[in-house]
Order: sequence, then structure tokens, then C-alpha cells
Amino acid sequence: MIGAMSDPLGNSLPARRPTVRRPGDTIFQFLTTASGLAIVLSIVLIGVFLLLKAVPSLAADQANFLLSPNFVTTGGKLAFGIRDLFVVTVLSSVFALVIAMPVAMGIALFLTQYAPRQLARPFAYIVDLLAAVPSVVFGLWGIKVFGPVLEPLERWLNGNLGWFPLFANGNVSISGGGTIFTAGVVLAVMLLPIITSVSREVFQQTPTMQIEGALALGATRWEMIRTTVIPFGRSGYIAASMLGLGRALGETVAVLIILRSAPEPSRISLFDGGYTFASKIASAASEFTEALPTGAYISAGLVLFVLTFVVNAIARWIAGGRVHRP
Amino acid sequence: MAKRIDIKGLNLYYGRFHAVDNVTLSIPPRNVTAFIGPSGCGKSTVLRSLNRMHEVIPGATVDGKVLLDGEDIYDAGVDPVEVRRTIGMVFQRPNPFPTMSIRDNVVAGLKLAGVRSKSRLEEVCERSLRGANLWEEVKDRLDRPGGGLSGGQQQRLCIARAIAVQPDVLLMDEPCSALDPISTLAIEDLITELKKDYTIVIVTHNMQQAARVSDMTAFFNLSGVGRPGQLVEADDTEKIFSNPGKKETEDYISGRFG
Ligand SMILES: Nc1ncnc2c1ncn2[C@@H]1O[C@H](COP(=O)(O)OP(=O)(O)OP(=O)(O)O)[C@@H](O)[C@H]1O
Ligand SMILES: [Mg+2]
Repeated sequence: MIGAMSDPLGNSLPARRPTVRRPGDTIFQFLTTASGLAIVLSIVLIGVFLLLKAVPSLAADQANFLLSPNFVTTGGKLAFGIRDLFVVTVLSSVFALVIAMPVAMGIALFLTQYAPRQLARPFAYIVDLLAAVPSVVFGLWGIKVFGPVLEPLERWLNGNLGWFPLFANGNVSISGGGTIFTAGVVLAVMLLPIITSVSREVFQQTPTMQIEGALALGATRWEMIRTTVIPFGRSGYIAASMLGLGRALGETVAVLIILRSAPEPSRISLFDGGYTFASKIASAASEFTEALPTGAYISAGLVLFVLTFVVNAIARWIAGGRVHRP
Repeated sequence: MAKRIDIKGLNLYYGRFHAVDNVTLSIPPRNVTAFIGPSGCGKSTVLRSLNRMHEVIPGATVDGKVLLDGEDIYDAGVDPVEVRRTIGMVFQRPNPFPTMSIRDNVVAGLKLAGVRSKSRLEEVCERSLRGANLWEEVKDRLDRPGGGLSGGQQQRLCIARAIAVQPDVLLMDEPCSALDPISTLAIEDLITELKKDYTIVIVTHNMQQAARVSDMTAFFNLSGVGRPGQLVEADDTEKIFSNPGKKETEDYISGRFG
């Protein structure tokens, strides 16, 4: 910060003058800067660790890492690709988000704008409680209870809307519901508390003045929500959704339990089975004894890491772009 | 346009708290009526009850009648949304929709009422901004966000927004309290201008302002802490300021109160 600065129009501004600094401020600044650096450092270290472990395996990979649908690391052969892991991960997570986003917005608006106070509190508490359910329970519930319930719906969609690629026949049987469709719906339920609680918080903070301004103009309740509450909370809602997406991308146990393993490559359908990055890695955890096969899984983990990072960056960009514009 | 308001036996509550007691008052059309009185005596509460904004607050209830040209706005069959479309309101602190453009802010009420014609919106936008004395300042940046204007400009934008729907009555709650003297004068001129077409009710803490802009003045007072506010008297502004009927009023106006 030394030397002349310039404002957005390019006019130079005078440099900041030296001034008295209090020791408390200096110590506090040191502490906060150190914690900030520690976070950045640990992320960099994780990245470096993954990269170091992954490179030898990638070099030994006999298949195309990005495009091959197979993941073979046994029998002394290394031929792995992440295509299907990527497809299953993205498909299940995005499907989950597509379901969870509108429902979460509905719940958040209901809780903040429509529900009477006595009802809003316990209801919000119940939604938050969903976040406390362990994912293994979601997984068991998903495959034992919810999958069979969804099965007829899946069959109907497949039978009547099968011309739409996402509803076409997948690489596993729909019976029992061990499909991306079921996994996505269960993931959506898992995302609900995350997206809802953040959205509820931001919607709640819509300034009363704005709300009254809209109502005084003759807006109905819904029009008021559309003109003030939603624009005010939009960036927070989107950021919350991206947070949820990050969670869905990395969800392991529930997906592992629900998805049936598939004999064939993915057909990019919601009725596929298979593995996500996370569930694939978890499923192989007992085999992490030799360096090269382990490195193959670490490469997959690295891709998930980058994917999550990109999602977060996008969330930040969206949220920031809306908030800081005058 | 420009309807008269008759308040009859109006009692206002916030939950159990009785905020305003038994107000009866007639507000003539094409006139400016000022509400004055000490803080907490219920001026804003009464004002907000005139376009059914009082009931927006959780637990707030109304008892009594408010007749708009003879029709009770609290009748069971009356839609509060319709009432607010005919009775506009300007708040103490400017509250434009910050992300909406200046143009969209002005025509927001019309759009809510279902007006879609581009040319009509354009025409109303210009007329309202001219009416609010803001056109010259913003005509080159109608697409910029309303939140980017100065406080005084934002308040005039809010007035433009309120008059764009051509309400029958315009309610203003201390519209100048956040403004500098020049913007204040601009808005006072505007009020004088607007009263040709509208019935205007204004709450103000500024005695000079009440004396300058209003034709009629209503003085509210509190008989004690925790007691409901009440209307002490209402009369021609000239009379209230020169020869009020009650001693309380005289004390307040001459500054011998609180
Ligand atoms: N939202 C509310 N909830 C509960 N009580 C309220 C609320 N708004 C106002 N009151 C109470 O109602 C009474 C009248 O308030 P009101 O805002 O009408 O006063 P006012 O005359 O406008 O005062 P000021 O000149 O300070 O604006 C006060 O005792 C106030 O505490
Ligand atoms: Mg007030």
C-alpha cells in the first residue's frame, strides 16, 4: 500500500499517511492474518499432497484418464479414467440441486413470510434437525424405504418420457431404485437444511422499510416478496445453493449405499447406477496398500477437489457480483 | 381523485398496548393536513391506519371507522391491497427498491396494477418524475439503480413512485426529516403543487413546516407514559398557530412542552 493509489476512474489518490497504531490492533491483526494464512496454507498443502501422490499413477495409467469410463487398478494393471465418476457425481448432485433449490426457497419464504410465529420456530427447528441425521442413515433409508417408493415414478418417467436422454434406459435395472434418480432425491433432502437455513437468514433480513414500501404501493404479499424479499436475498440464496452443491458433490456414504454398481459404462441417464468420485474412493478404501493403485484414487480425489473448488468460486462470484454492485 | 377522509372513533392497538384512543377527525380533499405532536403520541400510527398499513405489523389491530368519500376502508369486503393503491404513502426514510432502476422504481406501482404498455409506462415515468421535481436530475440515467441517488433525490423518487399511480390521497410521514434545507424546500414546494390534485396528510416535527405547507393542523398529545395518544384538537393551521383552542396546544407550539 505504498505510493499513490488510483480510484476506479484512474485519478491518482494521495497515499495513506503514517499514523499511530495501538499494540492491541497490531496483535489482533497478526492473529487474524495468521489464521487466514493457516487456512490458505492447509489448502495448498492438501493440493500438493494429492498432486505428489497422483502424478506417478497418472504416468502409469494405460487408459485415458479423463475419457475412459473404466477404473481398473487390480491385477497389476493400471487403466483408470474418471469419465463415469464425473458423470455420476455431477448428474446426481445437479439433480439434487434442481429439486432442493425451489423447495428450500419455498420453505424459507414460508417460514419468514407466511408462517405464524408460533409455527415458524418449531418448523425451522425440524428442518435444521435434518442436518443432524447421519448420512449413513440417509443411505439406508434411501435404499430400503425411499428407493422402492420412488420406483414406480422412475418406471413411469422411463416409460413415458424415455425419449428424453436423462430418462432413457440406464445401465442398471430400476427395480429396487438403486439409481442416480433415487440418490439425487435423497441428496436433495440432505441439502434442504443447508440451503433453507441460510436462505431463511437472508430473507429474514429484508429491511422492513422495503417491505412496507412495496405493500404501501399496493403489492400483494407475493408481489411484495417478488419485488423486495427475493431480490434482497438472491445472492445469499444462490451462495447457499452452491454450498449445498459442494456438499452433494462430496457426499459419500449415502450415495455408496444407494447406487447399484453398473456392469456397463454410463449412458448419462438418471437411471444409471455406478459410483461418484467420493463413493468410488470410499469403496476402495480397504485396498489402499500399494502406492500406484492408491495414487489412482487420489487422482480421482484431486478432480473432485478441483470441481468443488470451481463450484465455490462460482458461488462467490455470483454472490459478490450482486452484493457489491451499487 | 382527491377524496375526503373521515376518521370516526378510531382506536389503534399494538397487541395489548392501546396506542391511540378514540380519534375523530375529518380531512378535506385538495388540502394539506398536518399532524403534529410530541414523539410517541401516535401520529405515525394514525397515519398508517389511513391506508391499512397499521395491520401489516404483527399483532396490530384497529377499531373504528375510516371513511374514504363515505366508504369505510375497514369494511369486511374491502381489499387492503386496493386501499393502498388508492392511498399512497411516503415514508420518513427514503425507501426506493435499491436494485431496481430509477425508471422501474417509478413505475413499480403501475406494473403491480397490471399496466404493461411500454409507451404508457414511459409517459407516466416522465410525468411523475417531473411532478416530483426530479426529472432534470435523473433523465439521463433512468436505467441506473435507484439506490445510487442522494438521500433527497431518493425521497423525491419515492414521491414520484407514490404519485405515479395517481392515488386519491397521499400520506407522508416526516418526509423531510432526513433531508437538507434545500431539499426540504423543494419538497415543500412540491407538496403545495400536489395539493391541487391530491388530498395530503403530512406528519411533521417541524412547526415552521406545518405552518408553511398545511391548511389544517391536527395536534396529538399523550396524557402520560404508557397512556394512549389522543387527538387534542384540529383546526385551520392559521388558527392553531395564532389562537389555539386548548392550552396544551399553545404550550406545545410555543415550545413550553418537553
Ligand atoms: N411496531 C410497534 N410495535 C409496538 N408498539 C409500537 C410500534 N410502533 C409504535 N409503537 C408505539 O405506539 C406509540 C405511538 O407510536 P408512533 O410511532 O405512532 O408515534 P409518533 O407520534 O409517530 O412518534 P414520532 O414522532 O417519534 O415518530 C408509541 O408508544 C410507540 O412505542
Ligand atoms: Mg412517527
